[in-house]
Amino acid sequence: MNIDSITNGVVIDHITAGRGMTLYTLLGLDKLDCSVAIIKNVTSRKKGKKDIIKVDADIDINFDVIGYVDSGATVNIIRNGALVDKRTIGMPRTLTNVILCKNPRCITSAEQEINHVFTLTDKENGIYRCIYCETKA
Amino acid sequence: MRSLIDIRDFSIDEINSLINVANDIIENPSKYSEKCKGKKLASLFFEPSTRTRLSFEAAMLELGGSVLGFSEANSSSASKGESVSDTAKTVSCYADIIAMRHPKEGAPYVAAQNASIPVINAGDGGHNHPTQTLADLLTIYREKGSFENLTVGFCGDLKFGRTVHSLILALSRYSGIRFFLISPTELKLPSYVKKDILQKNNIPYEQVTSLDEVMPQLDILYMTRVQRERFFNEEDYLRLKDSYILDLEKLKTAKDDLCIMHPLPRVNEISVGVDDDPRACYFKQVLYGKYIRMALILMLLEVE
Repeated sequence: MNIDSITNGVVIDHITAGRGMTLYTLLGLDKLDCSVAIIKNVTSRKKGKKDIIKVDADIDINFDVIGYVDSGATVNIIRNGALVDKRTIGMPRTLTNVILCKNPRCITSAEQEINHVFTLTDKENGIYRCIYCETKA
Repeated sequence: MRSLIDIRDFSIDEINSLINVANDIIENPSKYSEKCKGKKLASLFFEPSTRTRLSFEAAMLELGGSVLGFSEANSSSASKGESVSDTAKTVSCYADIIAMRHPKEGAPYVAAQNASIPVINAGDGGHNHPTQTLADLLTIYREKGSFENLTVGFCGDLKFGRTVHSLILALSRYSGIRFFLISPTELKLPSYVKKDILQKNNIPYEQVTSLDEVMPQLDILYMTRVQRERFFNEEDYLRLKDSYILDLEKLKTAKDDLCIMHPLPRVNEISVGVDDDPRACYFKQVLYGKYIRMALILMLLEVE
């Protein structure tokens, strides 16, 4: 299967197989007008299988979202057909309005204006908790 | 400017300092009777809580300050849809310190982020109630003289009891602490509390279902209410409820210097016959709650 290379844009590579669609949704890529390709289950020497997302436009990427969904993913910035920047993403310490607190007793469920903020409380197990009620993400 | 939202906001040194001040207030009340003259406590209770609200208000009045506020959401602008952050900003213009109880978890934290005066969490739903923990700690200190080398039994509803979780957390920071967790299987301490606090800090603990079998070993017995609504079926409730009622018969095997605590309100889990036993400390606990709140107000207002 062939996907055209991009001239100016972003390639998110080494996404753990199966997480590509989650990233697509959380990054809001469904709202873009440009070409976006999600390639699932690509053969990977390191991981066996991986997902890749290619965005054919110069967009601002929320690295915190990528780090939260899959801290092993890499982000490649392409300009004029050449790789100009390659970043590996770690787990962010805080997430703001990336995910919503599901606890109905949390103040965020009652007041819509409050940012939904989660902090990384257990790096080893990748656990984030709501800063208001401490409910696990 | 400091606030108290979670007991973990304070270091051991800060808690010890609060306890020292509270002890001094108990010994020399007149020394403190005008410390907060001209200062105002806003007591913002978005849900009713007679004991905690009166404790805060009594604390401020005994420091020579004054009190304003409301005792339920219906009598505040929250009933008109005002946000917690707007309430906090508004009240900051009138008062010097806020004590807030709110049914939503995290509401006092939101208030603290928006207020320009200190905020004390007076209970946010089933989440935190740090001044109850401070009251519990002062009670233990007054009765035992130290927080170290104590065997503490928690009895009743250990699953939903926020006071139990907070006190376990606070006591886990001291050495020589050992816990007995006495509850029906349905109301055992949540595994995250065991993992994140007890196992992480290598605190010895044992989970048992019988109060009688551990009674002789206890230095402190912290009773909580077993609530009917926590059970899935009536049969289990009826089977278990009486095994956690403390009476003089059960106390026969207890140490002479056992300290019996309860966050109150009590329903029937401690027989009224126990009230006159010198080991019953739960009403002293209420009194100590006022003194530790006085110490806390002084600390947060930075009154020397």
